[in-house]
Amino acid sequence: MEFNILTLCYLIGSVTFIIGLKMLSNPANARQGNLIAAGGMVIAILGTIFLYRDEAGNKLHNHGWIFGGIIIGSIVGTLAARKVKMTAMPEMVSMFNGMGGACAALISVVEFNHLVKEAALNSGTGVLYPPLSDLANNDSSLVMPAGQLLIILLGLIIGSVSFAGSMIAWGKLNGGIKDFSFKGQHIFNIVLLLVILGLAVFLVAETPSGSRIIFYIIFALSLLYGVFFVFPIGGADMPVVISLLNSFTGVAAACGGFLYDNKVMLTGGILVGAAGTLLTILMCKAMNRSLANVLIGSFGGDKTGAGSTKQQGAYKEISLSDAAVVMAYANKVIIVPGYGLAVAQAQHACHDLEKILNDKGVDVRYAIHPVAGRMPGHMNVLLAEADVSYEKLQEMEEANEEFPSTDVVLVLGANDVVNPAAKTDPASPIYGMPILDVEMAKLVIVNKRSMKPGYAGIENDLFFQKKTSMLFGDAKKVLQDLIGEIKNL
Amino acid sequence: MDTLLNWITANQQIIYIVILMIFVGIEVIGRVPSVLHTPLMSGANAIHGVVIIGAIIVMGKAEHDNYLALILGFLAVILGTLNVVGGFVVTDRMLEMFKKKKKN
Repeated sequence: MEFNILTLCYLIGSVTFIIGLKMLSNPANARQGNLIAAGGMVIAILGTIFLYRDEAGNKLHNHGWIFGGIIIGSIVGTLAARKVKMTAMPEMVSMFNGMGGACAALISVVEFNHLVKEAALNSGTGVLYPPLSDLANNDSSLVMPAGQLLIILLGLIIGSVSFAGSMIAWGKLNGGIKDFSFKGQHIFNIVLLLVILGLAVFLVAETPSGSRIIFYIIFALSLLYGVFFVFPIGGADMPVVISLLNSFTGVAAACGGFLYDNKVMLTGGILVGAAGTLLTILMCKAMNRSLANVLIGSFGGDKTGAGSTKQQGAYKEISLSDAAVVMAYANKVIIVPGYGLAVAQAQHACHDLEKILNDKGVDVRYAIHPVAGRMPGHMNVLLAEADVSYEKLQEMEEANEEFPSTDVVLVLGANDVVNPAAKTDPASPIYGMPILDVEMAKLVIVNKRSMKPGYAGIENDLFFQKKTSMLFGDAKKVLQDLIGEIKNL
Repeated sequence: MDTLLNWITANQQIIYIVILMIFVGIEVIGRVPSVLHTPLMSGANAIHGVVIIGAIIVMGKAEHDNYLALILGFLAVILGTLNVVGGFVVTDRMLEMFKKKKKN
């Protein structure tokens, strides 16, 4: 009876995950979707704690430890998630994702030790089971333990890569870790991955007596691979990497589902694995690059592209008061936010500018490039925090139709997403990426802190065009000064 | 060959689940507007926190003298909870702002 209730709990859990994810992809009921999935998760967790029985029919014990861990995790998790600034959201997601990966890897470590112990009890040696070559002699009793070991190893490798990779992505996003790559790193990475897989296959097929040592070597190498996997990838590509690592962790969770024949882990994990992979591909498409290109191409690392060596002309600056005048007397202004806005925490100042311009009868919109910022939708979340109305946000295609009839475009800390080289210079690393055609507008004002190139490390022709004026300074300060100027008009 | 076929037959339920879930996962988020990409990623991130169930099972099965399993299991429960709770709370915070705005 109890076990049947647990099955029901897991069924509810699986269904809520699917419904939750479905609702999350619609703005109207996304929040309920999140709550439904969370509810299903609570049911599945409580069901496991109180109703789970292993093959021998034993209930779980150590309830004190389990609840202790859950309470600590809940308090820390809630505080971290509540306290984090909206601008640091991408880092936070990466961090939580790493925790899930580490959890999967730890499960594998414990289960492997369990397997070794059992084997030692059964056979008296450290050998897990006879070499798989015995399979040829139709000893199908080997399939079970070999399959189990394979899944434990998969969970270990994927979980560790996801954990180490997420931590590096986290460090990169909050600025603690700089891009780092060395010559031949891609070959090093591929060799490392092959060594890991080779060792794993060797361990499963031959089960040598030193299996424990090999297991921990695989563990260490997987962590190392995660680090080197993310290290060379430029900050501009972090969204893609986080999304990919997210789906990795999903697969690692699904490995746990295999191991315990647990349907809710299996469905939840595979669901996220599939959805995460699709999301990753969608993001790559938005940048018009293939996933392989993102992972191997290491955007920021290669600064010798033809686009950057070209001689640039002179740029011109615009004074605050001039900028205030042209914006206050324009009919239509489009603001193009980028990562600079997030760094400067200027979303509220941005909304204030929008309001004061609105009072002057100016039509103000926001043009959101799909990969602006450090995560897809990063700008939407940021502007939403400042209460910017939903209807004011325009997606790329929509905005591109509006630019020709726009008087002033204000680019706030965005760079690569407005770089015309993506359309005109086949040698540019971002060639082919759809961009916001801001140069179609009558006047472009670009706010940046300096003339330094953006995250992709390439020069931007836009800044040297005739209709472009530069307005240097921290986005928040510049916006506040602009508001002051407009008020005084 | 026989062993492979036997394995497939023995695990057919799981194989069906995996294949169907892959299609469900792709189908479900197929038409998501880019506005919701970050919350969706965050929500999916919380859902794979279901790995905590594995951690609970590990913890609950550990014998009282098996310190390695106890410590690693305890750590795994904490990390898994962080993933679940943090993930859902962060997602809710993001979506709360979308909600508030809709009323205006």
